[in-house]
Amino acid sequence: MTKTFKIVILAKQVPDTRNVGKNAMKEDGTVNRAALPAIFNPEDMNALEQALRLKDRYPGSEVLLLTMGPSRAAEIIREGLFRGADGGVLLTDRKFAGADTLATSYALSMAIRKMQPDIIIAGRQAIDGDTAQVGPQVAEKLNIPQVTYAEDIINFENEKLTIKRRLERGIEIVKTPVPVLITVHATAAPCRPRNAKQLMKYKHARTLTEEQDNEHNSYLPVYSLDYLRIPEWGVIDVGGDEINYGLSGSPTKVKKIENIVFQAKESKKLTSCDEDIEGLIKELISSHTIG
Amino acid sequence: MNNIIVYIETENGKISDVSLELLTKARSLSKELSCNLEALLIGGNVTKLKDELFLYGANKIHIADDPRLVNYLTLPYSAITISLIKSEKPQIALFGATSVGRDLAPRVSSALHSGLTADCTSLEIGEHTDTKSGKIYNNLLYQIRPAFGGNIIATIVNPDHRPQMATVREGVMKKEALDKPVKGEINILDVKSILNDTDFVVEIIERQIEDKKIDIKGSPVIVAGGFGVGSKENFQLVFDLAHVLGAEVGASRAAVDAGFADHARQIGQTGVTVRPKLFISVGISGQIQHTAGMDQSAMIISVNSDPNAPIHQIADYAIVGDLNEVLPKMIKSYKKNSK
Repeated sequence: MTKTFKIVILAKQVPDTRNVGKNAMKEDGTVNRAALPAIFNPEDMNALEQALRLKDRYPGSEVLLLTMGPSRAAEIIREGLFRGADGGVLLTDRKFAGADTLATSYALSMAIRKMQPDIIIAGRQAIDGDTAQVGPQVAEKLNIPQVTYAEDIINFENEKLTIKRRLERGIEIVKTPVPVLITVHATAAPCRPRNAKQLMKYKHARTLTEEQDNEHNSYLPVYSLDYLRIPEWGVIDVGGDEINYGLSGSPTKVKKIENIVFQAKESKKLTSCDEDIEGLIKELISSHTIG
Repeated sequence: MNNIIVYIETENGKISDVSLELLTKARSLSKELSCNLEALLIGGNVTKLKDELFLYGANKIHIADDPRLVNYLTLPYSAITISLIKSEKPQIALFGATSVGRDLAPRVSSALHSGLTADCTSLEIGEHTDTKSGKIYNNLLYQIRPAFGGNIIATIVNPDHRPQMATVREGVMKKEALDKPVKGEINILDVKSILNDTDFVVEIIERQIEDKKIDIKGSPVIVAGGFGVGSKENFQLVFDLAHVLGAEVGASRAAVDAGFADHARQIGQTGVTVRPKLFISVGISGQIQHTAGMDQSAMIISVNSDPNAPIHQIADYAIVGDLNEVLPKMIKSYKKNSK
C-alpha cells in the first residue's frame, strides 16, 4: 500500500489589517473594523499549499481544514475546498468566546484529537494578532513535536519528513517524525488558485446554521449530499473541561485598548524643486545630521 | 521564588542583543518589585558567557550546558525551561521575540498554563482591578503591545497565573551594562536528568546561519524605501542615496514582500524598530504597522508624491514629489555641499 497522509490545516478568518485604508479609518482616527474585509489569513494559505503539495505527491491523502470562529468563518472552509481540500470542520460555540491564544489552542487541540491527523499544518501567525503562539501551543497540548517557520516540506523518507525552515538570519533543514505540527512562513510557495471543478463541486457546501439561515431557498437537497455538509463542532462534540475554554481558560486579560490616532506635528512642506532640496541638504550638513 | 527570569539566547557563542536588552529592562523591573533577576542560559559550551550576564545585572544564572544543546531544538530547550520555571516559580519570565523565543515561549506557556503576550513594545509594573470580582491585584506586569495590525495598542495582564510571560522584539529596549558586575551565583542544571531521548526526535541536518550582516538598527542614518518606489530597479536609487550618505537601507513590509529589499531590512511591527538620528522615507505611505518601527527617529524626511500620504504627517520635512527626481537631486546636492 502506498503511503497516504491525513493532514489538518489550521486556518483563521481575519480582518484584513494590511489594508487599513482611508475608508477604514473613522473620523477620530481609529479603525472602523466593520469596514475591513474578512479574509483567509495569508500564511494559512501558504500552509494549505504545502498540504496540497503533499497530497499531489501522495495521492489518496486527505486534506481537511479546521477553523474556529463564528458561523461566517465557514467561508474559509469553502475557500479551502475550492482550492483542493477534501473537507473541513468549523469549530464554533459561544463557550469559545473571549479565548486568548491558550484557550484557542486548547479548543483546536481537542478537535484535532477527534480528527486524528498525521500532520497538522498552520500559518506561522495570523495578521490580526501576529502572535505566532497558537501553533506551538497546540503542538504542546497534543504532546507532539513542532517545526515552526517552515518554508518547504521537502520530502518524506524513512518515516521522517524533511523540512526547510526560514529563520531570521538563514535557513535550517530538519527531520521530524510524524505526527508533527508545522507552521508555515510567508516565504513559502503561494497557494494555488481556485480550481473550476472543485468550485462547481463545492459551491453549495454549507453548515447547518447556514442552511437554516438560507434566504435563497436553495433547491438543492444539501443534506442528502454528504460532501456538501460542513460540520459544526462545539464543546459538546469535542469534549474536554469547560473551564479551559473561552474567557475562563484564558490566563491573559486585556486591561486596556488604545486606538492609535495619527497626530499631526509641525512639518515643513517642501517640493522637488532644486532650491528646496538644496536648502534641506545644506541644513542637514550644517546641523551635522549628515556628515 | 517570585523573581524575574530572562531566557538568554545565544548564536555562534555570543549572547544576542535582545537578551541583554531584556536583562537591562528586567533589572529595573526587579528593582521596582524588590526581587532578584535571574538568567537561564541553555546551549553547548556557554558557561563562559556568565560574566557578561553578571555585568548586566543577573543575580543568579541557571546554566544548562550540554554538547547536544549547541543548536536550539524546541523539545529539549522547552523541557529544560519548563522544569526550571516549575522549580524556581518566578513571577515573570521574559524571552526575545526572535524565531527562537517565539518557538520556545508559547510551548512553555502552554505546558505551564500561564499567559503569554507576544511582541511587547513596553513592560511596566502596575495595579489592576478585576471588573467582575472587584479584586485588586498589585504589582502586575503590564504587557503593552500593538495589535490589530498595529492599529491599536493593547495592555495585557495575567492576574491569576504565574509566571507572567512576555516576548519582546530586538531593538525595542535599551541595552545598558552596569559599571561593575553583580556578585551573583551560578546554578548548574543537571541536564541528563531533565532530558529523555525522545526530546531529540527532531534533528537538524543542515544549518546556514549568517552573522548579522545587515545592521540597520545601529545606523545613525537610514534611507528606507516602500512599495511606492515601484520596482527593484528604482530601489537602486534608495541604495545610491544611502551609499553617498553613509547610511543603511531600510524597507517597508510591502517593499520586502515585493522583493525590492532583503527581509533583514524590514522596518515596522513585523520587522525591526529603529531610532536613527535621521530617517529618510521614500515611497512609503506611512501605515501604522510601519511607522511603529521608525516614528521615534530624531528627524524624519518623507519623500512621497501623494500629498495626503500619512507619512507626511509624522515627518519633520515632507517633500511632495517624484522620488526619481528628488533622490538624484539630493545625491547631487550632497556631493556638491559636503567637503
